[in-house]
Amino acid sequence: MTVADLAFYAFSTVTVAAALMVTLSRNPVHSVLWLILTFLSAAGLFVLLGAEFVAMLLIIVYVGAVAVLFLFVVMMLDVDFAALKSEMAKYMPIGLLVAVILLIQLAFGLGAWVTADGAMGLHQAPTPDATQIDNTRALGLLLYDKYLYLFQLSGLILLVAMIGAIVLTLRHRRDIKRQNVLHQMWRDPAKALEMVDVKPGQGL
Amino acid sequence: MLSQDIATVLPELVLAIYTMLALLLAVYTGKDGLTQLVTWATAAVMVAVALWVAMAGSGSQTAFGGLYVDDAFARFAKVAILLSGALVLLISEGFMAKRGLARFEYPLLIALATIGMMAMVSAGDLMSLYMGLELQSLALYVVAALDRDSKTSTEAGLKYFVLGALSSGLLLYGASLVYGYAGTTSFAGILSTVQHGVPVGMLFGLVFMLAGLAFKISAAPFHMWTPDVYEGAPTPITAFFATAPKVAAMALIARLVHGAFGGITPQWAQVLAALSVVSMFVGALAAIGQKDIKRLMAYSSIAHMGFALMGLASGTAFGVQAMLVYMAIYVTMNLGTFAFILSLEMDGKPVTDIALLNQFSKREPLKALAVLVLMFSLAGVPPMLGFFGKFYVLKAAVDAGMGWLAIAGVIASVIGAFYYLRIVYFMYFGAEQAGAESKMAPVQWLALMGVAGIMLAAVVNFFGLEPAAIAAAASLAG
Repeated sequence: MTVADLAFYAFSTVTVAAALMVTLSRNPVHSVLWLILTFLSAAGLFVLLGAEFVAMLLIIVYVGAVAVLFLFVVMMLDVDFAALKSEMAKYMPIGLLVAVILLIQLAFGLGAWVTADGAMGLHQAPTPDATQIDNTRALGLLLYDKYLYLFQLSGLILLVAMIGAIVLTLRHRRDIKRQNVLHQMWRDPAKALEMVDVKPGQGL
Repeated sequence: MLSQDIATVLPELVLAIYTMLALLLAVYTGKDGLTQLVTWATAAVMVAVALWVAMAGSGSQTAFGGLYVDDAFARFAKVAILLSGALVLLISEGFMAKRGLARFEYPLLIALATIGMMAMVSAGDLMSLYMGLELQSLALYVVAALDRDSKTSTEAGLKYFVLGALSSGLLLYGASLVYGYAGTTSFAGILSTVQHGVPVGMLFGLVFMLAGLAFKISAAPFHMWTPDVYEGAPTPITAFFATAPKVAAMALIARLVHGAFGGITPQWAQVLAALSVVSMFVGALAAIGQKDIKRLMAYSSIAHMGFALMGLASGTAFGVQAMLVYMAIYVTMNLGTFAFILSLEMDGKPVTDIALLNQFSKREPLKALAVLVLMFSLAGVPPMLGFFGKFYVLKAAVDAGMGWLAIAGVIASVIGAFYYLRIVYFMYFGAEQAGAESKMAPVQWLALMGVAGIMLAAVVNFFGLEPAAIAAAASLAG
């Protein structure tokens, strides 16, 4: 058993255990903290796979941004989780039934699934050889070179989303006070301030 | 290599760069004061790009490793999309200003939707298909809800968004199944894979993708959103919905079935034939009871999509050609009709009630005559141009041995004629009472009269539409 194997078992055990705790813990804030641990150990697994870019992404984006956002939302919302859980027991059997049926369907579907000859090769064809270049570079080659057109189109889609949000929600209100930075900076301290020598015990 | 790719997508690129510059200019300077200028400039740029695409393009080339295809078919659809988009902007400018909707984002969102549509008709890959479709749809969801203080407009936007997202989900699910089987998302790759037989999983994917796209062209039974969205959205937006996006989505279906699934025509032809029959009858029957002219145009567009699908369902190159001719004629007719609908008002408020057209011919004989020509053309009465559109698709269906489909089309067309003629009846023989008046900006008047003139005059030579459509169909399915 090599060090990598040991690390794999350690990380995967922690991932599964933490993921379980996310659903089992009674306090939602604890759930989010367990979720962060899940992300961290999953990032460790990615490093073991040689996908260091995805690992860093997971830590920076998910742990750094998304999980913190979750934490805020959970702390802001006043949700009575105990009440939610008592409801859950009532619907558990039917939920389980749906889950089992879905599982059986997936098993049938995957069992009967066929792919065209050479489809596996085609799947991997766009990916640069991972043994030759590191995967950050490989991702960059795919995203900014091979799929440049799609990347730019998604940029336009995000632009539409931004314009849309502003068009549909922004209202220019005239009756509120706004901060004018230049106005503030040009203000003359001599006119705005008055130095008063206050004697002790007298006040103004 | 990259410079060649960029040269191929240059029309889209120019439009995108123009949009972003105009957006910056409008945001940093005049806010909504520049709306009129931006609207006219956007229309001018779109017309210029259309002329450029029509004149300069030749041959077939791909760019970005097959993600983007530029051929005669794409150019035909792009010219139709750009010109109809520009005309909608021009005829709607006055309407938006009068209703307090003159916001500079409107022409820019239309331009962004147009870029999405150009990407759709040039898609050579499932991924670029989806990106183009989403760019177009997102911009359309926003403009549907543009009149944000109106309940119906907000409802239209929300309904369109939810159902559009659902249809995108169906499309993506289908695309994932196709990718899972074929191992590639490129149309050329899928085409070479399906030559060796098609398993059930792949067919599932194909049907799901067609269902998702049928949502976008509002073919029955995926048409539920159309009447509500058409009625709720501001009328200029409805005019846009009824024209350019329909051409783009129809061209996308043609591109998908011929470009990626060309080897298995019988498999998708039956799906398209079923969609076609159901759409024609739903459109014809459900429109009969409508009192609102925008809802009526919604059902009318559903029926027309059925006819256009009939051309595609024949599965031949002539079928594609018939579909293109039909769509070009359909868009022209709709632009004229909406120029008229936009001008209808009563006591300064826009009205869309059909009964208010009573005795319209007494008040405005010339306009009533133009609308009569348009209605006859929409119904498919010879010798108007609309008849020739129908004639082409029926001929395509008969040539492909789908006589039953053609007969169903003729029956649906006869039923549909009723509600078009009802509008004419109201205009000429309606009851004597206060009715709507038509106040037209010069552009709207020109659009209405021009389109009515085209419906009568173009039967002589189609204005060069036919050779272009033949070349387009040959580049796709030849």
